[in-house]
Amino acid sequence: MARDYLYFPGCSLKATGVAYEESMQELFRILEMPLRELEDWNCCGATSYMAIDEESAFQLSARNLSLARQNGNSDLMAPCAACYLVLRKTQDYVKKYPRVHRHVAASLESAGLPMMDGVKVRHPLEVLYNDVGLEKLESKVVRRWRGGPVACYYGCQAVRPFTEVDRAHNPIRMDEIMKAVGVPTVDYSLKTKCCGGALTGTIHDVGVRLNYLLLKEAARKGANAIVTLCPLCQFNLDAYQVEIQKESGESFDTPILYFTQVLGWAFGADPRKLGFKRGIAGRKLLKQWFAEHAEVEQYV
Amino acid sequence: MARIGIYVCHCGHNIAGTIDVKGVANYAASLPGVAVARDYKYMCSDPGQDLIKNDIRDHQLDRIIVAACSPSLHEATFRNATAQGGLNAYYFQMVNVREHDAWVHSDKAAATEKAKDLVRAAVYRVKLHKPLERRRVPIRPEVLVVGGGIAGIHASLSLAAAGKQVYLVEREPTIGGHMAQFDKTFPTLDCAACILTPKMTAVRANPNITLWTLSEVVKVEGFVGSYQVTVRHKPRYIIDDLCVGCLECVEACVFKEPRFSDEFNVGLGKRKPVYMPFPQAVPQLVLIDPETCIEFKTGKCKKTCVEACAERNAIDFTQKERLETIEVGSIILSTGFEVFDPHRIPYYGYGVYPNVYTALEVERLVNAAGPTGGEVVLRDGRKPKRVGIVHCVGSRDEHTNRYCSRVCCMYSLKLAHLVKEHTDAEIFNCYIDMRTPGKTFEEFYNRVGEEGVNFVRGKVADVYPDGDGSLVMQVEDTLLGIVRKIPVDMVVLAVGLEAHRDADAVRRMFNITCASEGFFVERHPKLAPVNTFTDGIFLAGCCQGPKDIPDTVAQAGAAAMEAAALIDKGYVELEPMTASVNEEECSGCKTCIPMCPYSAISQKADVKKAFINEVLCKGCGTCVAACPSGSIKQNLFEDEEIFEEIEGVLAYA
Amino acid sequence: MDFGRTMKYQREAEPDWPHQLKQLPGCERLFSCIQCGKCSGTCPLSIYMDYTPRRIINLVREGFRNEALSSKTIWLCASCYACAVHCPQDIHITDVMYMLKREAIQHQMYPKRFPIPVLAREFYDLVRKRGRSSEFWLVLRLAMKSNPLILLGMVRTGFWLIRTGRLSLRSERIRGVHQLRRELATPKEAQ
Ligand SMILES: Cc1cc2nc3c(=O)[nH]c(=O)nc-3n(C[C@H](O)[C@H](O)[C@H](O)COP(=O)(O)OP(=O)(O)OC[C@H]3O[C@@H](n4cnc5c(N)ncnc54)[C@H](O)[C@@H]3O)c2cc1C
Ligand code: SF4
Ligand code: SF4
Repeated sequence: MARDYLYFPGCSLKATGVAYEESMQELFRILEMPLRELEDWNCCGATSYMAIDEESAFQLSARNLSLARQNGNSDLMAPCAACYLVLRKTQDYVKKYPRVHRHVAASLESAGLPMMDGVKVRHPLEVLYNDVGLEKLESKVVRRWRGGPVACYYGCQAVRPFTEVDRAHNPIRMDEIMKAVGVPTVDYSLKTKCCGGALTGTIHDVGVRLNYLLLKEAARKGANAIVTLCPLCQFNLDAYQVEIQKESGESFDTPILYFTQVLGWAFGADPRKLGFKRGIAGRKLLKQWFAEHAEVEQYV
Repeated sequence: MARIGIYVCHCGHNIAGTIDVKGVANYAASLPGVAVARDYKYMCSDPGQDLIKNDIRDHQLDRIIVAACSPSLHEATFRNATAQGGLNAYYFQMVNVREHDAWVHSDKAAATEKAKDLVRAAVYRVKLHKPLERRRVPIRPEVLVVGGGIAGIHASLSLAAAGKQVYLVEREPTIGGHMAQFDKTFPTLDCAACILTPKMTAVRANPNITLWTLSEVVKVEGFVGSYQVTVRHKPRYIIDDLCVGCLECVEACVFKEPRFSDEFNVGLGKRKPVYMPFPQAVPQLVLIDPETCIEFKTGKCKKTCVEACAERNAIDFTQKERLETIEVGSIILSTGFEVFDPHRIPYYGYGVYPNVYTALEVERLVNAAGPTGGEVVLRDGRKPKRVGIVHCVGSRDEHTNRYCSRVCCMYSLKLAHLVKEHTDAEIFNCYIDMRTPGKTFEEFYNRVGEEGVNFVRGKVADVYPDGDGSLVMQVEDTLLGIVRKIPVDMVVLAVGLEAHRDADAVRRMFNITCASEGFFVERHPKLAPVNTFTDGIFLAGCCQGPKDIPDTVAQAGAAAMEAAALIDKGYVELEPMTASVNEEECSGCKTCIPMCPYSAISQKADVKKAFINEVLCKGCGTCVAACPSGSIKQNLFEDEEIFEEIEGVLAYA
Repeated sequence: MDFGRTMKYQREAEPDWPHQLKQLPGCERLFSCIQCGKCSGTCPLSIYMDYTPRRIINLVREGFRNEALSSKTIWLCASCYACAVHCPQDIHITDVMYMLKREAIQHQMYPKRFPIPVLAREFYDLVRKRGRSSEFWLVLRLAMKSNPLILLGMVRTGFWLIRTGRLSLRSERIRGVHQLRRELATPKEAQ
């Protein structure tokens, strides 16, 4: 029996990032790696908690890690880069700082929860790379990619300190995975530059300008689409293209996809289950690429 | 009853600041057997030593104790004073109340008590000391110099000038090291070849120097005065004595054009399978590279080179690797450095963007004898209009090397000047701190500034391609407090200096130490900068740490002098703390033999008992501890002496 | 024209402050900064900041607390950790920024109606109460508390999000809310 993967969706995958969750579930189903959602998980606290009350941020993560532990699972998969980082940072600080350790232990105890040792927080990209492997991924391909070259965008928090997704400088695993399934990638020099995260909602102009640069560089490198691994990156790049177009006078209509969507497509998944219709930008392009499939109207 | 003299040193404020030295002296005076107890400001000074000598005479002392600094600093000083006072030098014991006490404690009362305990332990032990004599062994007059960069060349020539015999072993096909690759040298901008080549030829011509290139040391045995060194000679496929360096074979090689990456030009030029590394190479001999030579690959080459060599008959495809053992009295290590490999910093794009260069590559580009004949041109033949120089690449960074490589600021200024001279390009030097601490270095910096080079204070964070084919350096101009994006055609990475990859293997072979960054460690950073912890082995040049040519040469001279002084003395004195076997008790079990790190123990064939060669024994004590029957004893560390010392330290009042 | 003075008197500095901060997780290496500017050079937002990250580090180190806490920089920091992985001295600059944000919020040292601390605070309360956040409610409350006009700009985005089924109007709530509250109520150790 294939092992099952416990996963922590986080708030975004239940709302703006719902296509990520849908496509990930479908992808893992095809790979015969059953997914199970962590029961009654709570929000990871993201960057806001760190900015108000670091100890509470650790407490929030600690509950999730402890629930995973109670579930008897040693791996907890967190697809959202922000969740992934916060969970891992919590573990790191609990290990490094006795004071943090004591506080987290006391907090869990008063909530009647066990200590969270031994849980390994993982990211689906790295799970595919390490547990499945490029060879196997390549062998699963049934559809030819018609979208031309894509830019693999890793964003920030998934590849920074505390992580094992890939190295911090010039990560390449997503590119390798894409190439393995027949999707050409471009040399995207901004692949780890930040999308601004929540800035698009707060200091809107600045946040949007960061996304303009990301889109422009991808286009300049000849990428037809940007592939992401984080719901926030996807949202920022996707949702503001019309606005960016108006401000810059340059036209953008670039599909922003999750790597799970691209893989699902390559492995022959029912496109309706991959959430393509949830994208805002680049719908026309997607329709062209997938045109050979009669039911295309239904899923884009 | 012994008559002991005890001297407690203040070491200025170093000891007296934490320990009540008078209190310790008073306490010592009360111990049985103590005839004199004093404290004094600086025991190591002449008046301090005189105290000891006079007291021996006036008070008929027979044992001396000094409570002061570490024995590694002044044990020898006080032993001498003891001997000059008329006692055996080993009727002396030193107590370390500085490093082991004053410097590591802040509680004065407790530190004083500890000092008393330590002094008491010495009183207990010194009574048991026996008279010992140092042994003298003769020293061989030959010196081995390993590495033929400017350090090794200078050391060899200095020794040869003093009439000493030198073996210079270099692993590359030519001597010269990094300096041979440069065009000009800071701060004076003299031409590297003009000042280096005469020294290189002098090495070859000097009858006192045996030069071995393409050779490496593979084994070192023995000790100061008498080292047995095994050298491996790699085949050159050319008979040294027959080759005249005419290069006709190179001309005649079946490869009409040079095709293989040329090491001397750091890959920027091409060579043939048979080649001379560079025109001024020493020795002036060609060599054949078996990796690229057709004859070695297929055995079916027309061998036009052999035809061209004709009656000189210098080419020999059958040469094999050869081992040779020599005897030398002392050794100078001058193996130099490697430049940092910038592939390790992906965001500078070295190896990804063709117009990102290392400084060493640019040294070759500005060199008139280099692959472009001294034209500074990009890989596509264009002349750069704007050039960025990134300082501190691989240096001053927790992720790579933490130390400052010391020469790169200066060579970056030199390259800024040279590139500007050759191309009139606009130059941007991005630095963290401009380090120009040598003689006339600051003046050189000013001069380069006046020539119009731009200085941006900030570490470059990113190098990325711009739309139009140029590169952009992204850097905070920290003096302006703003981030700048500087478009350039060429990026020069001022790569740091690193220890050789094999430095650890080399240091093991020569039984010396390496610091964590891999450079060889000198015995004392200030007072013994070319010595190592192994007697008779000296250091010169960048193998000890990054430094420029003036410092390298100064150090090489100093190392040569140390080696010469050793030889001229004619003998070495060995400490008497050796171990010896009590044959009556030895069971002949051989446990000790493989334990000895200096291979000093063997078994006497006739009586089947262990035997320790006094000359080889360093007094480490390993065998003493290992012997199951307790039949090995070590001078000055006999069981009774150690037990008494323990009794003493525990016998607090 | 306004001619403010830019010089600093030493009495304006709070030299003990950085030494206290140094005790906090992630801020230990504060004093190792060599002012190389690599953090600023790699920061995608430094070009919009009033003080570059390097200058913030120096303000902190020199004890100019007021300047550091009332800077725009700390709010522009998107916590992308680029500086932290680049810093040659291994200073966790992102953690220093977090620490400054916390202190600024605690002492109300940010411009009135400034959206970032408002958002952070709203988010904080929402998660505290319900265990999860909902982007829709968050945006709504943020707008009400900072500048309701920003809602107008969001109409188009909102329309698309609804059309693509990405805007959840449901306000999520976990079952273990009480458990979570008990956990969060556990008092911190005194420093
Ligand atoms: C780009 C650059 C520019 C520079 N410009 C200047 C300048 O303008 N002015 C200045 O004063 N300094 C300059 N320097 C510094 C200068 O290069 C060094 O000070 C000098 O080369 C040190 O000489 P060395 O003999 O110690 O080492 P090296 O030049 O490295 O020579 C060491 C020699 O030992 C050999 N070797 C190594 N290991 C072994 C072994 N195990 N067995 C046998 N042989 C071995 C090597 O092959 C080499 O020939 C510059 C450095 C760099 C990197
Ligand atoms: S010498 Fe200059 S360039 Fe080289 S490491 Fe030191 S500071 Fe950096
Ligand atoms: S990168 Fe690190 S050392 Fe350099 S200025 Fe920033 S904080 Fe200081």
